[in-house]
Amino acid sequence: MIGQYRGSADSERVTRSRVVKFIDEYRNSDLAKKLARTIASRSSRPVRIMEFCGGHTHAILRYGLRQLLPTTVETKSGPGCPVCVTATPDLDKAIAIAHLPNVITTTFGDMMRVPGSYSSLQQAKAEGGDVRTVYSVADAVDIARANRQKLVVFLGIGFETTAPTIAAAILKARQEKIANFSVLCLNKLTPPVMKALLDSGEVKLDGIICPGHVSVIIGSHPYEFIPRNYGVSCVISGFEPLDILLCIEKLVTQIENGTPTVESAYTRGVKPEGNKRALQLMEEVFEIDDANWRGIGIVPQSGLRIKSNYEEFDADKIFSIKLQPSREPKGCRCGDIIRGAATPLECSLFKTICTPESPVGPCMVSSEGACAAYYLYGTEANSFGLSKTKKLHSETK
Amino acid sequence: MCLAVPARIVSIEGTEAETEIGGVRRRISLALTPEAKVGDYVLVHTGYAIGIVDENEAEETLRLLQEIVSLAP
Repeated sequence: MIGQYRGSADSERVTRSRVVKFIDEYRNSDLAKKLARTIASRSSRPVRIMEFCGGHTHAILRYGLRQLLPTTVETKSGPGCPVCVTATPDLDKAIAIAHLPNVITTTFGDMMRVPGSYSSLQQAKAEGGDVRTVYSVADAVDIARANRQKLVVFLGIGFETTAPTIAAAILKARQEKIANFSVLCLNKLTPPVMKALLDSGEVKLDGIICPGHVSVIIGSHPYEFIPRNYGVSCVISGFEPLDILLCIEKLVTQIENGTPTVESAYTRGVKPEGNKRALQLMEEVFEIDDANWRGIGIVPQSGLRIKSNYEEFDADKIFSIKLQPSREPKGCRCGDIIRGAATPLECSLFKTICTPESPVGPCMVSSEGACAAYYLYGTEANSFGLSKTKKLHSETK
Repeated sequence: MCLAVPARIVSIEGTEAETEIGGVRRRISLALTPEAKVGDYVLVHTGYAIGIVDENEAEETLRLLQEIVSLAP
């Protein structure tokens, strides 16, 4: 069964000092410090860089990269947290499904505690709904196979990294004639929302740290319109500290030279053409549609829906849900934070009313949320670095 | 969500593989990387290999990093 851990004789002998290939060599702190000094020597003016992916936000704060970077380099969190960008009406629909009898709702764990308008998945479970956390969409198919008398719904959130796994699961369910499996497809696409943010002009950017694992699937070509049309540099990054610093070194060099283009600092994972097999499966099962993003609204052609040929797996077609008007939590600035228009430190609820134990908005719940990252790792030094950079920006603009 | 970790393929059975990372073993799907072979490192995301790690490129990146810092003033 996919996703099940199995202890081995080997694992019992493992110690924490064991080297994990392709991870540990990219965590060398001496090299990181030298690389940060190189970046400082190349950076002559303030630059603002957005890390699209919440995984990058967490890595930047977790490894203290802001303290290493020169004050001329400002990094800003973007909308790359699938849980965070799930719009409240969509979450309300998922919660309504979770309350239905004879239904097993399966979801990635991060969604459980996100507050909807009137409830959460966790609350639905407490009230008797059969809601189960899964590691993989394949686990949801397994649950459907084992519970043929129940309707098993998987909450399809995630970007291009996750969408092909859902396509593969739907194809497997059809092949095995598992008719009680369906997906509430809320999957979203990265380049269209980057375009929406750049079109809005709300946050002026010099460069974008492009998401490494989205790019494993889509490759580097889909970002090419960004330097071409907006003059903004794009570099794809992995998630280890040296990956991110190498990415920033490439961005700063491009910006200093005035030559915006698309580069990759994650060539061990990303091919320019992406993963063709994964793209084929997505193409087979999904079609592109407009999508509703928390904090941004409807973004044209930025989401996926299940093609009519596979509609027996489309939870939207199976369940007819009537929703009350949705409402947003009062005072929550997740929407601004998702757009990069505010930092968690600028939200009055942050660390006061809104904490990981009692989250008001999704950015505090998700393991990729900016508020969760600031809460966990947002030390005084991080905050100081940020305000120093902001001051520099305001002085030069 | 978009987390993926590099794991080594220990064995393959049909479209599934046994992988190992840091001594922990996990069964994953190769539906998205059918060309993967035993011994390859794959990027595992939510139970699926989404890509194969290019070991030459990994070494090249480490070499590039050394070169960049050696050129620093």
